[in-house]
Amino acid sequence: MTQLTDLTIADIATALHKGETTAVALAEAHLARMETHRGLNAFITETPDRALDMARASDARRAKGEAGPLEGVPLAIKDLFCTEGTRTTAASRILENFVPPYESTVSANLWRAGAVMLGKTNLDEFAMGSSNMTSHFGPVENPWKRAGDNRKLVPGGSSGGSAAAVAAYMAPGATGTDTGGSIRQPAAFCGIVGLKPTYGRCSRWGIVAFASSLDQAGPFARTVRDTALLLQAMAGHDPRDSTSAPIAVPDFAAACAGDVKGLKVGIPREYRVEGMAPEIEALWSRGVAMLKDAGAVPVDVSLPHTKSALATYYIVAPAECSSNLARYDGVRFGLRVEGKDLQSMYENTRGAGFGAEVRRRILMGTYVLSAGYYDAYYKKAQQVRALIARDFTQAFERCDVLLTPTAPTPAFAAGEKMDDPVTMYLNDLFTVPASMAGLPGISLPGGLSADGLPLGLQLVGRAFDEETVLRAASALEKAVGFGGRAAGY
Amino acid sequence: MAIDVDTVTKIARLARLNVPEGDKLRLASELSGIFGWIEQLNAVDTTGIDPLSSVSAVLLPFRDDKVTDGGIAERILANAPGGAVYLDPDAPGTGGFFTVPKVVE
Repeated sequence: MTQLTDLTIADIATALHKGETTAVALAEAHLARMETHRGLNAFITETPDRALDMARASDARRAKGEAGPLEGVPLAIKDLFCTEGTRTTAASRILENFVPPYESTVSANLWRAGAVMLGKTNLDEFAMGSSNMTSHFGPVENPWKRAGDNRKLVPGGSSGGSAAAVAAYMAPGATGTDTGGSIRQPAAFCGIVGLKPTYGRCSRWGIVAFASSLDQAGPFARTVRDTALLLQAMAGHDPRDSTSAPIAVPDFAAACAGDVKGLKVGIPREYRVEGMAPEIEALWSRGVAMLKDAGAVPVDVSLPHTKSALATYYIVAPAECSSNLARYDGVRFGLRVEGKDLQSMYENTRGAGFGAEVRRRILMGTYVLSAGYYDAYYKKAQQVRALIARDFTQAFERCDVLLTPTAPTPAFAAGEKMDDPVTMYLNDLFTVPASMAGLPGISLPGGLSADGLPLGLQLVGRAFDEETVLRAASALEKAVGFGGRAAGY
Repeated sequence: MAIDVDTVTKIARLARLNVPEGDKLRLASELSGIFGWIEQLNAVDTTGIDPLSSVSAVLLPFRDDKVTDGGIAERILANAPGGAVYLDPDAPGTGGFFTVPKVVE
């Protein structure tokens, strides 16, 4: 038998069902690998005791014939999901010692399906970043390196720890959250699959809020089918999140088996941006050709407001962030830094508790929402957001799914894009528009760059049509035949 | 739109965020750069377009106006950074308080 840590989630289900291994053995194997590769800094908190307790309980349930759909599957959880009794930090100093008295709906759903928690993964502070460089607990290292170049690369962000953990085989799957690309971009940088569902598909209850009109939880795994299996358990209506959709969850794994004959794949011409790296353009063309060979029909479509999406995002997301993060005031939970009076206690707590990028975004959001600027910035951004959403609606009158690159570049080295915030923001160029419209998107490996780094292809679907996204992604995955693995992992 | 040090001071105050004097000039320049880039939105014609505040597929649901939980004061106060004070220390479920620095003389 192959190493336990090499198994996919689907493989694990089969092996456990056949009695070839146990949940405890799987948890132990993955925990050992987490220890070996601790240098990547993928985890903020490892939870070996909780993992082994959950694994023992899982084996007991299986013995009684009560196995759930993810029974015994070890998972890594982004440290933005509240886990009852286990520290949840959002990678911020302000929540460094926060132990939630409740469990997020998404993680509770996973545990109800039988999954086992390995630990809490690192991220950009409050999920604000595209490199995992803004974590209070230090950066995460991408398991991949450029050929012949030993420099450490970023895993992408914000869900960089989850992506690195799955890419380094420390976990077969992980949870992430995506506000402007925080699942899809790190999946692309780490050579794995990351799925952002439709806004409203997964409950946001118990997930530390960043930008509430955009935040959405989703899975990482090494195959498209595994992300479908995870989403199946994560999704579903939750009365505690008023934006959670009260609609049935379809059979996502079944959708992976369908073919793409006659499927209309939209190729948005505005994504062919000036200065796009030739290898990204070539990757995209290969993706189109592969889907065409599988029977799909490429369709040229237009999303005219694409180039406005990033600037719109950097009004809407900071505005929501400044409101959401107002709760960290040193009174009810989190860090407190004393001051001479109540006002200075608030200011000292927040000044010391938040890192540079979070402080910058709070100031941006406060500015755009402040008297005299609201109409010029926030209202304008919401109007442009309406146009961006309308572009997608019109494009989906002519096609069933969209194919684009996930990111404009492969993973970059730590510090390479740190000089100017706008340069860093450009990383999310191809992922932000679908977020603004609340649409489902997946990133899967499309090949390697000239210097040996994984490149991602993105598929975007209609709202609540993850099935078509998964169907097209499965066909593309088969055609690509990636099988890439970071050297040494 | 250039953002100056006074504006940084004002919005930092609104955000209850302590920003060291020495950081304000750099922040003003960074924010000016970001908002300069954001100005591109002025070129987008949004005449007659209703602002989109939510992409949620559902209207906000209503529920009955009744108490659905309670008696968990201890859990709510468990992370209080200033410590908690209970109405009745022998029965913490009955309620308690977060503590803040003295605000009245």
